[in-house]
Amino acid sequence: MITRKRKIILAAAAVFLIGSGRLLLAAETDTPELSPIEVAAKGLQDNINIVWTCIAAFLVFFMQPGFAMVECGFTRAKNAVNILMKNLMDFSIGSIAFFLVGFGLMFGASNGLFGTTLFGLKGIEPGAHWNWTFLIFQTVFAATAATIVSGAMAERTKFVGYLIYSFFISLFIYPVFGSWAWGGLLDGGGWLEKLGFLDFAGSTVVHSVGGWLALAGAIVLGPRLGKYGPDKKPRAIPGHNIPLAALGVFILWFGWFGFNPGSTTTGNGSIGYIAVTTNLAAATGAIFAMFAAWIIMKKPDASMALNGALAGLVAITCPCDGVSPIAALIIGGVAGILVVLSVLFIDHVLKVDDPVGAVSVHGVNGLWGTLSAGLFNMETGLFYGGGLKQLGVQALGAAAAFAWAFGLGLLLFTIIDKTIGLRVSTEEEFKGLDVGEHGMEAYSGFQVFSTT
Amino acid sequence: MKLIIAYIQPHKLQDVKKALYEAEVCKMSVTNALGCGEQHGYEESYRGIKFEVNLLKKVRIEIAVNEDFVEKTIDAICAGAKTGNIGDGKILVIDMPECVRIRTGQRGKEAIG
Repeated sequence: MITRKRKIILAAAAVFLIGSGRLLLAAETDTPELSPIEVAAKGLQDNINIVWTCIAAFLVFFMQPGFAMVECGFTRAKNAVNILMKNLMDFSIGSIAFFLVGFGLMFGASNGLFGTTLFGLKGIEPGAHWNWTFLIFQTVFAATAATIVSGAMAERTKFVGYLIYSFFISLFIYPVFGSWAWGGLLDGGGWLEKLGFLDFAGSTVVHSVGGWLALAGAIVLGPRLGKYGPDKKPRAIPGHNIPLAALGVFILWFGWFGFNPGSTTTGNGSIGYIAVTTNLAAATGAIFAMFAAWIIMKKPDASMALNGALAGLVAITCPCDGVSPIAALIIGGVAGILVVLSVLFIDHVLKVDDPVGAVSVHGVNGLWGTLSAGLFNMETGLFYGGGLKQLGVQALGAAAAFAWAFGLGLLLFTIIDKTIGLRVSTEEEFKGLDVGEHGMEAYSGFQVFSTT
Repeated sequence: MKLIIAYIQPHKLQDVKKALYEAEVCKMSVTNALGCGEQHGYEESYRGIKFEVNLLKKVRIEIAVNEDFVEKTIDAICAGAKTGNIGDGKILVIDMPECVRIRTGQRGKEAIG
């Protein structure tokens, strides 16, 4: 009885949809083998996919204020305007660069190394075509990769230098690597995906690429003044607003429910499952980072626990669709411990100054997440009898990301450094970039205290 | 005329104000201050790096009084601020040669009044 009712409703819907001409991909759906009910079902599914992908894109867009708040909170009050402007501008510049060039390089018909069509979505009718939905979804992903870098380069980077960097990452660096792993999602196709490389929502494509670029930027820049004492030991430069940083992390966690479940670009049951694995990994990430900090540093440092939640999210981004919930817990937990050790290692051993932990969260845990798919994937993973093949492909993809992003990052930042300059003057750094670069204060009318 | 300057623990400000009101001293200026003394600092840590906080947050109270109010004021501040622990603060008393009330142009004792 129920099925008959549903059939009638679907048939009615089909008539309505065909009548109003809203059916997408009409050429495919108009084949004579499909009954009106199947046509209607397909039409509904297509529209559900569009709605879900757009909602997910808007959630991922909301990660931009998340990043802005995290980075602002973990740095000093005198540089708050600067970090907000970097976050605003890398999204704005990136959106345009990715629309005009990046999207075509990433998803156009590939010449083997990168895409060569779809620049500015040339040839796609303005209107209901799927490519527009796919473009906005991919734009917010490209912008996520771009914005990771601003935190690692905080408090000392010349604003103009940063604007140039953010143009090139969205124009070229991110899309070309993306085409290797994800080109086949549309018209392209890359060598990594042909090898069977798994990166469902972008631990490597988005986060590692951003993280390794951030590492290159922080190395070329050098540490902030006062970060390392005359004895070369790292000194604390406390962030000015931990509540803002916490708000940013919660916003990012929220946005991640678009980032991972949205990468299905399909409105079906897998959304809920991926949301579960995503959430579990974030939770264990936060908890294990807290305990790692508690054991190593004797206190449950809030900044580390916040980084831990993000580390879990970054790690589960690659394997989120193909691992069990238990595996998600493990992946997140390892990420939480890894992020604390990595922050300490980068600070104390490498002596690279990354004020917000961007390299540890996105680079290192992007790498871990990518490898974890080779271990825990329920079909091809090492722990499920898949042997070493998947793990090898994952390692190859992660290594390629490092070589591409870190190598090009070093080159790009060195060129900017040698030409227009990448770092502000010593005097400006002491005064703060807000006054020096932007001529304004973030907290005009507030008195800023120092107790050290 | 004397100027009484007291550095006290921030959390004792309410008690000191209450004691001063009870002693009928109702005029004061209060500012936030940072300082170090016998209390020494304490340690904080941020992202795995420990650092010494040696300037502690204090409250500074300034009160200009006529001679007959000096002892009362000092007693009231002590009564309000004292806990018996290191860090309770200090009271400095200095001679004040002149005082002017801007609104009326009054000077000296009257201006303090």
